Amino acid sequence: MSDIVASNETIVVVGGGISGMTSALEAAECGKQVILIEKNPSLGGRVAQLHKYFPKMCHPTCGMEINLQRAKKNRNLRILTMAEVTEVTGESGDYSLKVSLKPRYVNENCTACGECEKVVEAEFDDEFNYGMSKRKGAYLPHNMAYPQRFVLDANIIGTDDATKAKEACKYDAIDLDMQAEEIELKAGAIIWATGWQPYDASKIQPYGYDRFENVITNVEFERMADPQGPTGGKLVRPSDGKEAKNVAFIQCAGSRDRNHLRHCSRICCMGSLKQTHYIREAYPEDGKADIYYIDMRVIDRLEDFYKKIQADEKVTFIKSKVANIIKDKDDNPVLKGVDTEGYNRYETPYDLVVLATGMQPSVNKDAFPIDIVINQDGFIEPDENNGAIFAAGSTADALDVNRSVQHATAAALRAIQVVNKAAGAGA
Amino acid sequence: MADEKKIAAYLCKGCGLGDRLDIDELKMIAEREGRVQVVKEHDFLCSADGVKMIQDDIDNDSVTNVAICACSRRAKTEAFNFPTAAVTRGNLREGVIWARPDTDEARELTQEMAADYVRMACFEAKFTKSPSPSEEQGRTDSVLVVGGGVTGMTAAIEIAKAGYKATIVEKTGALGGHLANAWKDIPSRSPYADPVDTGVAEMIAAIEADANITVHLNSTLTKTSGAPGRFAADISTESGSTTTENFGAIVQASGYKDYDANQLPELGYGKTPDVVTQAELEKLAKEADGGAIKRPSDGKEVSSVAFIQCAGQRSDKEGHLPYCSGTCCLTSIKQAMYFKDQNPDIDTTVLFDDLRTPGSPGEDFYRSGQKKGVVFSKGKVSEVVAGTDTHSVKFKDLILYEDTEMQADLVVLATGQVPNSGPDLEMQADDKADADAAGEEYIQEIPVDSILNLDYRQGPDMPQLAHGFTDSHFICFPYETRRTGIYTAGPVRRPMDSAQAKEDGTGAAMKAIHALEDAAQGRAAHPRSGDLSFPSFRQEGCTQCKRCTVECPFGAINEDAQGYPQFNEARCRRCGTCMGACPVRVISFDNYSVDSVGQQLKNVEMPDEFDEKPRILVLACENDAYPALDMAARNGNHYSEFARVIPVRCLGSVNTIWITDALNSGYDGIVLMGCRKDDDYQCHFVRGSRLAGVRMSKIDDTLDQLNLEPDRVATYEVAITDVERAPKLINDMAETVERVGMSPFKF
Repeated sequence: MSDIVASNETIVVVGGGISGMTSALEAAECGKQVILIEKNPSLGGRVAQLHKYFPKMCHPTCGMEINLQRAKKNRNLRILTMAEVTEVTGESGDYSLKVSLKPRYVNENCTACGECEKVVEAEFDDEFNYGMSKRKGAYLPHNMAYPQRFVLDANIIGTDDATKAKEACKYDAIDLDMQAEEIELKAGAIIWATGWQPYDASKIQPYGYDRFENVITNVEFERMADPQGPTGGKLVRPSDGKEAKNVAFIQCAGSRDRNHLRHCSRICCMGSLKQTHYIREAYPEDGKADIYYIDMRVIDRLEDFYKKIQADEKVTFIKSKVANIIKDKDDNPVLKGVDTEGYNRYETPYDLVVLATGMQPSVNKDAFPIDIVINQDGFIEPDENNGAIFAAGSTADALDVNRSVQHATAAALRAIQVVNKAAGAGA
Repeated sequence: MADEKKIAAYLCKGCGLGDRLDIDELKMIAEREGRVQVVKEHDFLCSADGVKMIQDDIDNDSVTNVAICACSRRAKTEAFNFPTAAVTRGNLREGVIWARPDTDEARELTQEMAADYVRMACFEAKFTKSPSPSEEQGRTDSVLVVGGGVTGMTAAIEIAKAGYKATIVEKTGALGGHLANAWKDIPSRSPYADPVDTGVAEMIAAIEADANITVHLNSTLTKTSGAPGRFAADISTESGSTTTENFGAIVQASGYKDYDANQLPELGYGKTPDVVTQAELEKLAKEADGGAIKRPSDGKEVSSVAFIQCAGQRSDKEGHLPYCSGTCCLTSIKQAMYFKDQNPDIDTTVLFDDLRTPGSPGEDFYRSGQKKGVVFSKGKVSEVVAGTDTHSVKFKDLILYEDTEMQADLVVLATGQVPNSGPDLEMQADDKADADAAGEEYIQEIPVDSILNLDYRQGPDMPQLAHGFTDSHFICFPYETRRTGIYTAGPVRRPMDSAQAKEDGTGAAMKAIHALEDAAQGRAAHPRSGDLSFPSFRQEGCTQCKRCTVECPFGAINEDAQGYPQFNEARCRRCGTCMGACPVRVISFDNYSVDSVGQQLKNVEMPDEFDEKPRILVLACENDAYPALDMAARNGNHYSEFARVIPVRCLGSVNTIWITDALNSGYDGIVLMGCRKDDDYQCHFVRGSRLAGVRMSKIDDTLDQLNLEPDRVATYEVAITDVERAPKLINDMAETVERVGMSPFKF
């Protein structure tokens, strides 16, 4: 790793999801030296795990392919995976970073031929599918994984599986002695694009996510809808594999709630509208969806999409914050609460309940590597005291993909301004 | 072809290629049939050693064109990156050995498949050149910003901060736009509790103090010509004087106008001066400047105020806006605070359907409004009746589910934003086509002034997406413009508040700088980022049919006085739609041409009709269908050994001569795979897929003339996620061929 050349004209982007990739590519394509640091073994972030985008119902991997082509061709961009920034010191135009690199146990020789995967026996929960399926101890994280290079799970190191994997590799790509290391980098500006994580649904006790198999989250439902996902694209109940035709969506599950996430996560209304579409597509005859909501927040021209879904009589909107969920004898989750429009009590069973859990920013307020201004919801504030550390995407606010990319494009310019100044010349 | 070309083919034996294929035979084919000058093999071509072998040949053996017969062009792209050579890839791994089962029975035909891909790679190499950048390239480190509101001011300031120059052209006599008329703004910093200063004065001061920013007030654009890196804009003042300046790129921040509330008489607008719009309330607040806000009718201090959300918005009624303007909920909360902060005893009620205050700042500001005692009531207003003292607001209470009413001194209508985007040319064209079809006279709707006055074959303004907004069509790429080098930002792009408009102005500034840097080096923007090729054409063959100029999705091609195309390379996105359109095939790129694909398909070995070995040509979009086939093969989804897949930049680049040639040379089936082409189209070249559909409908005539079955040519929309479907479509064609029989044209 000693070949990484970085200076105060380098831009470091932390996080390789769609925001980080956007910032990195915009800057690199303008001739700046960029280092992109990703915690996971491959790029793509949450977007790679989405089946479709609202409102076009197009595929996130299409844009990802474009961005990966951009990345592959660009010689100004250096990508470090399985890497995390542990410490940042310095000031605008002159930062030093410590980056810890986890061993992948697979080097650049890997051709992604897949021979190692065939011989390894141990299986682990597949993070890409939120643990809804298993993957091997030697694996390619997903179809679009880039770098297109396998990973050995650290848990198989020292076992027979590791030896078998090494023996199966014809290209000397498996290095079982690979060690964790720490490197230091210089940077003029840093873009923080570590994205978000789904709010831990088990904390919303009345909804029983940790007790009822047929209560799942929106991100899990997204994987379920993907033909390459854990159920092969079938929308089914986890408890018995039966078709999930009558589905309830609970909005603001953890969002807009003082006990959980105070903020509105912005994307969940559109997310659920989109997911009703999956149900209606899978079961055009008798699939139905009920959305329990406080306010349907589908702003600007996204309203068109809302209207389209409203026109479907099999999709019903109920203005209510669901009080709790119980389970009946057939494993059906039963929603209880009061419909505030008309003030009617309900107790309604469903095949499956999808919790529209919110976005929790992946910004550790208590252990951020340098002292910057982070608000009470965990988002990075656009504060002058932050020097040249700029948020991009959902580290700044709960943003959808389109707004995240918009924001990340702006962040790239902020970083360029700093390094151009450091370079002494303007353009 | 130029003499100095030296072509080398490299065959990789790694990833099982050496085990599954007879590499010696493939080498012989490259040498004898591909007729390349150098043929080498390597056990592990993408290794440092393999790459060095190729680089040495380029450096020391004057190899100019490299045919790498190994894995897909999507794999090991970084390793096989030789900037000085033209590189083609024969996809033997994903395209052959992974696409076929590893069995003894399959071996022979898998080898034939590989042999064809080697031939194709060699011939593509032969008819490809490493592109040298266009001579059109120019550098202008200056960006034109159209509009001096908060978006445009932000864009100019951010451009200057990056070391470039900016020029603002503002139609009115002052900078600041709508925000300058506001008393206060919605907070964009934590704790998101109170209205804040607009910051407009500081922005204007910063602009005036910045030597890199020029401002033209009372000015509009009367003509914009050129291309990224060399735009020329005529800036005309009200008094009629015009100056012409050059720019590298353009940010259009032409903003919005307030919805005309006169269309809402049922809500009392125009019936009493005490029914005002949000914009008008800002004026009243400005006059009060922290004191008691007085109502217009009699100057009485307001003691109760009702805010009606979605006034003339989210409504399908004629004259209303169907969309949500996204900012009015926050604005009403801010304005209710104007009253509450001055006197907590004033009754402020917000009547809403959905309260839309998304994100972290939005929800906090909503909470702050509630804390200050603003009443939020879910209700749908039917009528405002003007009274002498107070006015009556009639609404359906959506919680109690009953019709009710309330009294207020002042009523504020949350009306929406209408984009200033110039005339909608596509709609006009559609309307005209509809009128023509119906045999009616086409009457243009109320003419709208152009914003940019572009001197483009495709019209004077940015194409609109929906409801007049000039937004990008793509979720992943909010600045994916249809006029390269011109980026719209702010409420002309989509409805937004000032905080988002500032972000958007900054993002568009980034894209403008990106565009002028690309132009300076002759590089393409994404999806073909960095591509240095550009379309060139042979004038002597051109019939001035204008198809290329009409069909270019990016307005890159103008016409000269004789009707010949004039290519503006820096506007071009290298999709090849012009090449696909050209009936006389005079348009080509150095690295992509009618020959570079045509020679591939012609040099596939064509077995005799009675060999029962059909050939299926697959032309697949390089961004979606081709990756889907790659991934399918990786996952073990096999497809017919008779398929020969050629990636194309876009189905729009498919020239029908390829189809005719393929049919004439004995292909039994042809499958075209492009992107979704309806209103939610996914083609990043806008209408390539749609155009291909139109062009292919004409192939039926060819099939008819040749007495061939129409089923032999199929066009599909294929998404990148169609990992299982894409191979199936190829197999379907194999079945079709089995059903209809072999083509008789195998000579």
